This record gives sequence, structure tokens and C-alpha cells, in this order.
Amino acid sequence: MNSRVKTAWLFLAPMVLLMLVVAVWPLARSIWFSFTDININDISAAEFVGWENYFGDYGLFFNPSDEGGFWAGDWGISIRNTFSFAVVSVILETLTGLGVALLLNQEFKGRGLVRTAVLVPWAIPTIVSAKMWGWMLNDQFGVINNYLMALGLISQKIAWTAEPAYALWTVVLVDVWKTTPFMALLILAALQTVPKDCYEAARVDGVHPLRVFWKITLPLIRQPLLVAIVFRLLDSLRVFDLIYVLTANGSTTISMSGFVRREMVEYGNMGYGSAASTSLFLIILLTAIIFLKLAKVKLSEDAK
Amino acid sequence: MMRNPLKRFWPGLWMVGLLSSVASVQAVEITITCGPSGSDVEFCLKHAQAWATKTGHTIKNFSPPTSPTEKLALYRQLFAAKSGDIDVVQIDTVWPGLLKDHLMDLKPYSKGIEAEHFPAIIANNSVNGKLLGMPWYTDAGLLYYRKDLLQKYGLRVPQTWEELTQSAAKVQAGERAKGDSDFHGFVFQAKAYEGLTCNALEWVGGQGGGTVVNPDGEITIRNAQAAKAFNLAASWIGTISPTGVLNYEEEEARGVFQNANALFMRNWPYAWSLLQKNDSLVKGKVGVAKLPGNPSAAALGGWQLGVSKYSKHPDIAADLVMHMTSATVQKTRAIHGSYNPTMPALYKDKDVLEANEFMGALAEVFANSVARPTTATGLKYPQVSQSFWNAAHEVMSKRSTGDEAVVKLESRLKQIRRKHW
Amino acid sequence: MKTRSSWTTAFIYAASALVVLVSVYPFVYAISTSLKTGTALFNTELFPAHADLRNYHALFEGVQPFGKSLVNSIMVAVLTVGFAMLMGVTAAYALGRIRFKGKGLLLICILGVSMFPQVAVLSGMFELIQWLGIYNKACGLVLPYTIFTLPFTVWILTTFMRELPMELEEAAIMDGCGPLRIIFQVFMPLLWPALVSTGLLAFIGAWNEFMFALTFVVNDTERTVPVAISLIAGATAFEIPWGTIMAGSVIVTVPLLLLVFFFQKRIVSGLTAGAVKG
Repeated sequence: MNSRVKTAWLFLAPMVLLMLVVAVWPLARSIWFSFTDININDISAAEFVGWENYFGDYGLFFNPSDEGGFWAGDWGISIRNTFSFAVVSVILETLTGLGVALLLNQEFKGRGLVRTAVLVPWAIPTIVSAKMWGWMLNDQFGVINNYLMALGLISQKIAWTAEPAYALWTVVLVDVWKTTPFMALLILAALQTVPKDCYEAARVDGVHPLRVFWKITLPLIRQPLLVAIVFRLLDSLRVFDLIYVLTANGSTTISMSGFVRREMVEYGNMGYGSAASTSLFLIILLTAIIFLKLAKVKLSEDAK
Repeated sequence: MMRNPLKRFWPGLWMVGLLSSVASVQAVEITITCGPSGSDVEFCLKHAQAWATKTGHTIKNFSPPTSPTEKLALYRQLFAAKSGDIDVVQIDTVWPGLLKDHLMDLKPYSKGIEAEHFPAIIANNSVNGKLLGMPWYTDAGLLYYRKDLLQKYGLRVPQTWEELTQSAAKVQAGERAKGDSDFHGFVFQAKAYEGLTCNALEWVGGQGGGTVVNPDGEITIRNAQAAKAFNLAASWIGTISPTGVLNYEEEEARGVFQNANALFMRNWPYAWSLLQKNDSLVKGKVGVAKLPGNPSAAALGGWQLGVSKYSKHPDIAADLVMHMTSATVQKTRAIHGSYNPTMPALYKDKDVLEANEFMGALAEVFANSVARPTTATGLKYPQVSQSFWNAAHEVMSKRSTGDEAVVKLESRLKQIRRKHW
Repeated sequence: MKTRSSWTTAFIYAASALVVLVSVYPFVYAISTSLKTGTALFNTELFPAHADLRNYHALFEGVQPFGKSLVNSIMVAVLTVGFAMLMGVTAAYALGRIRFKGKGLLLICILGVSMFPQVAVLSGMFELIQWLGIYNKACGLVLPYTIFTLPFTVWILTTFMRELPMELEEAAIMDGCGPLRIIFQVFMPLLWPALVSTGLLAFIGAWNEFMFALTFVVNDTERTVPVAISLIAGATAFEIPWGTIMAGSVIVTVPLLLLVFFFQKRIVSGLTAGAVKG
């Protein structure tokens, strides 16, 4: 056994080393930067400033000069935007994914074709999706505005990605379109592990299909469903590409990742930006822990 | 007999051979950020390559992103990495203060030629006595108007923003009554980007509300005239301007005006030559004037050429810069591309005026243009600008009033300034 | 075969039609746009009156080297996948078949790494990349890409490794095979499906990545395809050339679509291995 354990660590060494270099070191470094005033103009002139970026006079949290409160400041707005986006997006994705999975679980002619078609949004790169939808939602030449006007549903062309009331929900729409296939496939795989005799027994007993779904199907696919939801939730909290390419990245739609990148790259405040990114990391970690505890999801399992 | 003539040329041939070998040994590749678009190739790359042919060096074109915000981010990253990848950079008017630690002083190479350019631009490009960029072309916000419509309704070119509002409302009502439901009074740029900073500065300045931050570094935005300017602009949305203007950049506004769907347009001089093309519905019907306002405040724009401190061939790069900003090149760009020269003498040049009749009047506009508060805010200008354009956008999308916005803006600017600019 | 009411059948077919339409229409519209030029772009018909390939020509003949970006993307994606596979397989063997202390913790840590928001490592990674001298080079992207490819590769391969029968391994050990031979000769034939699915997921991830590609590579000859598409420029500095952008989008998506269609089943089994079993 001993030599096997040694082999194990030998095999693991390259990967662990790489993870340390590529993931742990940059994260540690970024956290270190968050305690300095490093600026992109001159990286070598960084000075240690302690908690100033977080809690100081002009820091991220408990900022006395924030007119209108924390939630009206740029960082607060980005947190609100990100959570609104993530929660609504994941709920919608799960519902539509569930719907599509239930559909694909039925047997009918052309099922393979539908399954293939469903994969298309997922296969398209995010940037391409953003550009495609941006074009369709264009306020002057977009096909969506055209159809809506032709159907008489709107009287004036709407600037979907610019108007403050619609912009964030437009991004949610595109995200749901893009990630429903992922959820649908996961749920479908889970549905297909449910033994058919459960359904047979229920049918023989004359149970209403909705009750079958609620009392039989759902509990049986609960575990994989929750894992999928947690994955998607944490993914959504990190959203960047879609908002960056689809909208003007102003205060109505900016996400936490967008805020960090703007601070670090456009304003050059690498220290302040690193503080924001560390906060983002902690927020995501906290969300993951809370969700997993609440949903009582089991993560690992030993080999047979 | 055949050998004799050749023998005479032999020393000459030797010289040529020697010289060309020397030149090819020293031939270097200079990277310049001309850019990817068609007009960049026509009006920038071509001149750079002409220089290359003349001097024996080669040119490499680098395409930065088209958005100035992204361009700046890219340059700052490259400079932070001390990368020698780019030699000659195009710098926006608002950047010399930001990039001062990374640009080379061009005074030793210009040999006094800066005296031939507009003093205001040279002053803008000089930081701490160093000339960080040679003026490449200049820009200022202009008011484009439909000559035929103003004449039809008996109106004059508006002198104040209020007058513009009234004239636009009158003509829009008249044209719509005649059945042109797509007609609008005034189109401009109100998307949340740097262009809105320019537009908003013109409104605020035109009401006497100052320049957000004055040259001494004081935050002056919180005043009644600024609030009034924001409120007036907000009143245009949905009345004399389409709501979509909240997402317009330069091209969208030009598209509407060029399709004969607007009375007034605020845009940069580049639009002129495009409006006079054959596929333009307003060809021959457009007039250009200085923006309304008391005082008339036109945002100063324009681009300069600078040399990166990390360039491996600074002398040769500087030579390219001098060539590109010379009077001959500027004249060609003025005539064919409507790029406004940075030398007062060219505004009296016959050929230039023939191609662009309005340029004569522009000299006065450029001399009196309003610079954005970059000298005072230095490295923090991007944040200042973004806060300013966000405030303007909020008022225009009816999420806040002018008074609330200027108060909030002042506190935000204080936060950005922290202890000092 | 259970019987269904005709209402249910009709509903199923209607729903399927809707799902197919919504999934596929945007891409079809993109293809249609890429075939239009000039003022036709402002017309929203699905089948353009004068379809031509001018936008595609413009993409490759313009000043921006789109062809080079494609090559860069392929190179980066392939290198990332190769790297991840090699290290993933060896690590998965250790994690899946050998019992040792700290295994559970290590697995959780690996999962944790995949939870990092990319943005959290941006400044640290920027410094590291510069220090290593791979800033502004397409190949330099392989290093940051391993952050998000390696964790799920290791997780999925570990799950598959766990399922492989002990008898095979025991027989191989009795024959005197070392661990490397066991992995690459004995297990490989059984592992192929898993390798294909994780390889594909890794390829798609590396192909699509945007933020690091935008920040760490600035030269247009070194750019990868997602960034190149977002930066396509038109005739003037202010114009947005929708036709050309759509052409680029189509070119970039077609290989992915083909890969996904051919390997549908594998991808599904790969995705579900971790989720369903867990």
C-alpha cells in the first residue's frame, strides 16, 4: 500500500504544482495587492495601505462619503445587478431546462432532431451569442423590434440593451437562451436514471401526471438537480462576457466582475480592484456554502 | 567598346551598393497604431508606408480597439508591461496627462516646428515642459443644420440652447404635420460613453456652468447653470429627440441626419464629407455653425502622435511622427478626409478651403474650444469622465433631476479625488 | 408502449417545434445577415435577395488578420486540451484508484479552484505572465486556461476511473505492469469515451474564453478568435460592420457545432458523470 500511496502522490505532484502556480499564487498575489495602493501606471511603486481599500474613507464598504447609501454606490449597484441577474437567470434556466428535459424524455418521432437542435445555443461561443442577439435587438435595424411592431405589441422601437428598465433583463434573456441546453441535458440524464416501473406503478394506480411529477419524479432527481443549480448559480455570479459585449457596461448592468475589470484595467486602480475581486471571491464562496448547507447536497463519494 | 561606359559608372554603382547595404543593415520595423478601419488604412497607413519607402524602413500596423476607452486600457497595460511592441501611438486629446510617464519628449526632434501648430493644442500636449505628442488632427463639436428647412420656416441659426429647442420643436411639428412621422428636431450622442462627456460639457459650458473641474483642481460642477443644462437636455428626450438617442454614438446620429430625418445634429467635423456624398439625402442642404451657447462651448477633440518610452528605435520612430504631422501630410488628409489640420496656416490654404468650405470658419472655433478637465485631474480623468457621463445619462433617462445629479456628482468626484488629484 | 391522447401528442409536437425554432433561429439569422451587404443589412428578411460572400472575403482580406486569429485559437485550444488531458489522467488515476489520506480534501480543493472568479486572479496573473515573459503571446494563454480546464477534467476523469474494474488492474499488476503502463495500455481503451468528452469540454472552454484573452494578449496577430470578433471594425472609426461580424461569428461557430453534433452522446455522459453520481 505504501508504494501505491507514494505513486499516487508522484502522479498528483505535477497537477498540484500547476494548480499552486497557476491558481493559488495569482489569487494570493491578488489578495496581497488588495492591501496596497498599486496602480497600473507604475507597478513597482506599490505601498502597503492595510484595510484602506476595503474599509477606509473611500473604500468598498462602510464608505462615509457614499451619498445615498451603500446600495446606491457603484460597488453596491454591481452587487445588486449581479445577484438579480444570477437568481432570475438560474430560476428561469431551471424551469425551461426542466420543461425541455421532460419533453425530450417523451418518446416521439424526431426526438433526436430536437435534441440536436437544443444543443445549438450551448455550442455557440458566448461572444457570438452576444453579438447575434445584439444585432437582433438593435433598436434601429433589429428584427425583434420589427416583428413586435408588425404584431402591434409596441408602438415605438425599443432600445433593449440601452434602456435602463430593460437592459439587465435582456441580458438575462440571452443567458437563459444560452444555458438552458446545459440544464436540460443534465436534468434529462437524471430523468433517465429514474426506473420506469415507478411510472408504471403510478399509472396503474391512476395517479394524476402532475402528482406523479411532484411526488415521484422531483424527489428522485433532486440531488443532481441541486448540483446543477449550484454550478449554474456560482457561474452566473461570475458573469462578465455577456454584459461586457451586449451592453454599454454602465451602472444599470455592470456586474461585479465588470466592476473589478473596470477598476483595474480602465482606471488603473489595481489595488482597489483587487480588493473588489477578493470580495467577489468571498461572496461567491459564502453563497456556495450557504446554498449547499440549505439544500443538504452531498458532494463526494469514495471509490468502490 | 561596351566596357567603357560601364567603367565610368562603376564608382557610382559601388556607392549605391554601399549605401543600400548600409541602409538595409539599419532598416528597422516601426509599429504604428494606425488601426483597422478602411479610413485608417487610407489616411494613415498609406502615409506611413510612403515614409517607409523613402527611408528604407518597414511599417507594421497595429489595430487597437476602436473605442477610445478600450484603446487607453490597452496602452496602459502595454506600458505597465514595459512592452516595446508599439513604437508610435495615437493619443487622444485627453491622454497626455494620463500617459505622461510613458511617452518620450519630442522637443529634441521637433526642432521648433511646434510653433506652427495651434498654441492651445501644443499646451495641451505638454506636461512639465515636455512635448509628449505632436498634433495629428483636431476636432471640435459642431452644429450641423438643414439650410433649406431653416429658410423655409424663417428661422436663423440658433445662438442659445433654448433657441435651438424652440426652433427644433417648431420645425418638427411642421414636418410631422406634413406626414413625415420619422422627423426629429435634434440628434446628438447620449450613450453612456466619452462622447456624452463632450456633449454634456458643451451644454454645461454653454450655460456658463464651468468645466466640471477647473484648471486649479476645484470641483465646480455643483451650480445652478449646470443643473439647468442637464434639465434642458433631459427635456429633449422624447420631444425633439428620439428616445433611442440614449444609445447613440456618432454614427447613429449621422445616420438619422443623413436620411433627412433631423433638423439639427451635433457631431464632429468628419461627418461633413460623408454628408456630401452622392448617397446622402441631404447633399448640398447642410450648413455648419458653431454650437449655441453663451459662451459657445465646443468640446476640444483631436488626436496626437507620440512615441512610447519603451520603443527600441526612438529616433526613427520620432522621425516618422514628424513626417506624419508635417504640413504636406496634414494638407492631404484635410482635402480628402476632412481631417482638421492643426496648423493655422492651412486654414487659409486655397485647396483646403475649396474641398471643405466650412473649414475657414472653424479656425475660430478651434481657437476658442473647451478642453476637458484632463490637466487638473491627471491620472484620475477616466473616472471623472465616467462619473460625469453617468450623471448626464441618469438625468436624461429621467432617473434623476438636474439638481440631484449635480449634488451626487460632486460627492462622487470628491470620492475619486480622495486627498488630491 | 403506453397510449397517449392525441391532444398530448399534438402538444408535444407543437412544443418541440417551438423549442427547435427558438434554439436555431438566431444562428440562422446570423448566417443570413452574413450574406447581406450595404443597405440590405437594414432589411430584416430571412432569405436575402442578393446573397453573396463579400463579407467573408472582407474578413480575410482586411487589415485585421482574422485567419491568424483562427490559427491562434486552434493552437491554444489544442495545447490546453493536451496539457489538461496528460495531467488529468495521471492525477485521476491517483485520485480514483488509490486510497490515501487527504484525498477528499484534495478533491474539494480542486473543485474550489474551479469556483474562482477569473477576475479574482486577474492582477496576480497579469504579474505572473509578464514575469514569465509570455505576455502578449497567444501560447501564453495556455497557462491561465489550465485554471478552469484542469479541475473539471480531473473530476470527470476521476469519476470514470473509479468505475473501472479492479480485476483488470489486479491482473495487470500480477503481470508486472507499472502504474504508467496500467493507465496508458490497460485502461486507455476503456477510458476513450471519457477522454473524448472531457477533451471536448476543455476545447470548447478554451475556444470561448474571453476575459483573459482580452487582457493578456494585445497584438492583433496574437489574438484569439473571441476577442478578434468583438473588435472587428468597419470603414470608418465609428462604423459597426454587422455583416462582417456575423460572417466571423458563423466561421467561429461551425467547427464547434460540428464537434458537438458528432459527439453529442459523449458530451452528455461526460457532463452527467459528475452530477448524477454525486
